[in-house]
Amino acid sequence: MDRRNENIIDNIDLWTLGLYFALVVFGWISIYGASYNFDDSDFWDFSQRFGKQLVWIGCALVIGAVLLMLDMKTYATLSYVIYGFFILLLIITLLVAPDTRGSHSWLVLGPISLQPAEFAKTATCLCLARYMGSFGFSMKDLQQSIIMNLIILLPMGIIILQNETGSALAYLALYLTLYRQGMTGIVLVLGLCAAVYFVVGIKFGATPVLDFVPGDSLGMFVIMIIAVIIALAMVYFYHRDSSLIKTVSISGVSVFAVGILLISLLDVKIKFTYLALAIVVFLFAFLIVRAIVYRKIGYFAISLFLVGSIGFGHISDYAFNKILQPHQQTRIKVTLGMENDLKKSGYNVNQSMIAIGSGRWTGKGFLQGTQTKLKYVPEQDTDFIFCTVGEEHGFIGTTAVVVGFLVLMLRLISLAERQRSTFSRIYGYCVASIIFFHVAINIGMVIGLTPVIGIPLPFFSYGGSSLWSFTILLFIFLRLDASRKEYVM
Amino acid sequence: MINDSNDNRRYTIILIMVTVCLIYIIRLFSIQIVDKSYLEQSQNNAYLRKVIYPSRGLITDRNGRLIVFNKPAYDIMIVPREARGFDTLSFANTLGITKDDFIKRMTFLRNRSGYSQYVPQVFMSQLSDEEYGPICEKLYKFNGIYVQKRTLRDYNYHNAALALGSIGEVSKKQIEADDFYTQGDFAGQNGIEQTYEKELRGEKGEEILLRDSRGRIKGKFEDGTYDKQPVPGHDIELSLDIELQKYGEELMNGKIGSIAAIEPATGEILALVSSPTYDPSMLVGRKRSANFAALSKDPLKPLFDRPMMAQYPPGSTFKTAQALVLQQEGIITPNSAFGCQHGFHAGALSVGCHGHESPLNLKHSIQHSCNAYYCCGFRNMIDHRKYKTVSEAIDIWKNHIVSLGFGYKLGADVPNEKRGYIPNSGVYNKVYGENRWKGLTIISLSIGQGEVLATPLQIANLGATIANRGYFYTPHLVKKIKGGEIDSSFIQRHNSTIDRKYYDVVVDGMELVMISGTGFYSRIDSIDVCGKTGTAENPHGKDHSIFMAFAPKDDPKIAISVVVENSGFGATWAAPIATLMIEKYLKGYIPKRRKPIEQRLLEANLIKE
Repeated sequence: MDRRNENIIDNIDLWTLGLYFALVVFGWISIYGASYNFDDSDFWDFSQRFGKQLVWIGCALVIGAVLLMLDMKTYATLSYVIYGFFILLLIITLLVAPDTRGSHSWLVLGPISLQPAEFAKTATCLCLARYMGSFGFSMKDLQQSIIMNLIILLPMGIIILQNETGSALAYLALYLTLYRQGMTGIVLVLGLCAAVYFVVGIKFGATPVLDFVPGDSLGMFVIMIIAVIIALAMVYFYHRDSSLIKTVSISGVSVFAVGILLISLLDVKIKFTYLALAIVVFLFAFLIVRAIVYRKIGYFAISLFLVGSIGFGHISDYAFNKILQPHQQTRIKVTLGMENDLKKSGYNVNQSMIAIGSGRWTGKGFLQGTQTKLKYVPEQDTDFIFCTVGEEHGFIGTTAVVVGFLVLMLRLISLAERQRSTFSRIYGYCVASIIFFHVAINIGMVIGLTPVIGIPLPFFSYGGSSLWSFTILLFIFLRLDASRKEYVM
Repeated sequence: MINDSNDNRRYTIILIMVTVCLIYIIRLFSIQIVDKSYLEQSQNNAYLRKVIYPSRGLITDRNGRLIVFNKPAYDIMIVPREARGFDTLSFANTLGITKDDFIKRMTFLRNRSGYSQYVPQVFMSQLSDEEYGPICEKLYKFNGIYVQKRTLRDYNYHNAALALGSIGEVSKKQIEADDFYTQGDFAGQNGIEQTYEKELRGEKGEEILLRDSRGRIKGKFEDGTYDKQPVPGHDIELSLDIELQKYGEELMNGKIGSIAAIEPATGEILALVSSPTYDPSMLVGRKRSANFAALSKDPLKPLFDRPMMAQYPPGSTFKTAQALVLQQEGIITPNSAFGCQHGFHAGALSVGCHGHESPLNLKHSIQHSCNAYYCCGFRNMIDHRKYKTVSEAIDIWKNHIVSLGFGYKLGADVPNEKRGYIPNSGVYNKVYGENRWKGLTIISLSIGQGEVLATPLQIANLGATIANRGYFYTPHLVKKIKGGEIDSSFIQRHNSTIDRKYYDVVVDGMELVMISGTGFYSRIDSIDVCGKTGTAENPHGKDHSIFMAFAPKDDPKIAISVVVENSGFGATWAAPIATLMIEKYLKGYIPKRRKPIEQRLLEANLIKE
């Protein structure tokens, strides 16, 4: 026993541990700044949020210590049980949770409220690592591949039903891990394409390409051009078929040349969308012919991508208006700069940007931020905690936090890469991915780059559920890493 | 050991993470360092520059009696974002409204431009002390409800509503025209309040407060070092005698018309009665808009400022002006006499006159208000050979009349003054052709009928000019501005084109009017009043009764005009009202002999229902 514990303490990664402490302490200072009240400034006042956060931090350290002391085999062995337990808990929560601002995700146990969705992430990571790390797992096996996806999508679905879309979206980060484990990069490309199509479709869907040709859609036009370019890139990447690329590029350019000539000289009102569509159809036909003649399924797949892109472009507008809730629509429109509603949805982001922007180089100083002291920024100690950093510690502070998170993520990746067991490595990547998603969305939201999605900044945001769940997520990996030399699974 | 072909993929993942963080750092650099507007906005956010409204200048009368002052009022403000978690019904009950009213009001606010759920909105405005007192303690129970203090006008006398004007919310136009105002401010509308708005309003103060996003005040910034105290508006002393004004309004009760009284030596307006009138306190506070609408719809037009805006043919009062012009032009002398056979007859044209001895000289023509005298005199002038054309004659005549204060705005300090109307040659040349008309064509001008129009103020001003024997000062309502100066145009003497010597005979004639002429019935025993009756023909109904006078004859203290619409001869209604006003002003009381006359006038109701 003694020897093993010693071993763990010797082998624990001090970089990660140090960054963890740095972020938690900086986070607490920010919460203190955000919830400080000049009239009532007792440092140890546990009715204040900074006082309560001290308690949460203390508990988190105890939890972390306990996790470090457990046998590393525990995690792999119990991973399915833990996953099963949390799936059950999520379902129970969905059924019994009271309505908290429209969301049914808080489990109230006497004085304590917990959000199982936060902890379920760790369970999912463990389960995913266990499943993908098991002997004989191959992503090429359809059945195993489906189960792998289900492990991610099941908790995500339940959390969406709880009306915590933000928390649910964090599970998508796990596809980054899947990519590392061999999932085709096309999934990421498709994901990126979907996002781009969505943004372009929403923002430019109703804008005509040329003012004098009504009914034309710049959004659709751009989507088709992007789809053609990506399809051609795939053709080059996978088949090195430069003759096809040459033919399609030349014909595409000529179609546009003719179109522009007709419009400018003969004043014919041609829709640009139709020109682009002509090229899409031409390329599609080409690809199908190639697929049949060369007997290569890859060409067929690319043609599917092409058709899928156009289809997605068409339904994205519809999906936006019909599926998303009005407040979600507004948040997205505000982020895209289509609506400047400073009084309602835009208010939060505008105020948070004022807070951050007014910090300048070194900030207004600890406890000197008027913007946060006067409670302009909503949710300023939870989702918008980054504002306090920006206002009181300036560009230096914000950069330090961003760089701190980046170093932590890179360190986690390097730790993951040095694992001997696939289980540990996959788990390590899961931790890095989840932290990355939270940091990217949370900071992106307060600086107006991503839509407002209510997810906490790891280690910073006030709240026991968030702090504990990230501590558990991280410390399990620290434990796995500490004994990476002991076993090979 | 792990050995797979995907090892290189870690670099893709690292690249993604580094790229995102880099983008974020660039973005942070741009909003924190490059863009300076956020710092400014944060300062505007944190410091509420709260306006402290100055108290508006007080208004007193010429004897120092306080007429208009300020009383506190309270606006109930609501911050919709914060106004949650209380019982709407109990809130509505506290304010004395129904829950439906509450919902209606909130819907109205929500749909109004400029609505923000973070910014205080006026839920209920201008509650008086009495209304606010009982509920002020209860309001603290309700989240998001605040009270903003304002001031409202209050009145010691319920008179002179139109002369004083009122305070109303500024229009969009006013806000654009003057930086001083912001939405929801109040400014003088009509009357003295409008003309002297800049003097009365004072200077706004500023209080710099720290606040939070709900507009909640968190304390003074730097203990108020940078605060600015408001400067109260200048007090104004009116030339009005408020007791005389009140008496005038009582006399005019039940009649349509006006009284304008001027101190000849200064042009100060002593009374400016428009009848029917209303209580100025009707247009204060929350009942303002409803009352204003009701007054606007009243068929008797109480909002129409008759002494300044109504334009009547001056009738026989105009004969005094004619007498002056005809003398100045050498057409008549005091001894010139014209015969009168119950009127003026020239061919088919006939202007009637009442029975009196004939012929009359100038003095007696005024005494008896002989139409024939002025018809003859005026015709002689217009058709006189010394003028090259009739056009020249009428234009000379017109210039004399204008020098007596007619035809153009006098320039009094009450907005919306009308100019009246004195025709020139152009008018007649247009109608009849170039010089294809003569004195007879326009003969009704001679007795103040036809095209001429004058406001009651202009008629009073004629009285003042005659009283001064040749000049007048622009009539004005303000005597002194505390800490300021009155407009220099009010101390500038306007000389008429009529020589001093021609006035005496007119004054004597006007004296005779009261001793044994048309105004005999209205004479005052101990005061030497000079007057002239008039009857303005009214094509729409009964004639308007007009009277112009000044007193005492030597060293005149008051000049007055009275118009009573649709009441008949000037001698019947207008003359006794004028002399009662004069007596009240000069003596301070009405003697026993005249009490029945006073009684009759106070009780007379000439307005047909």
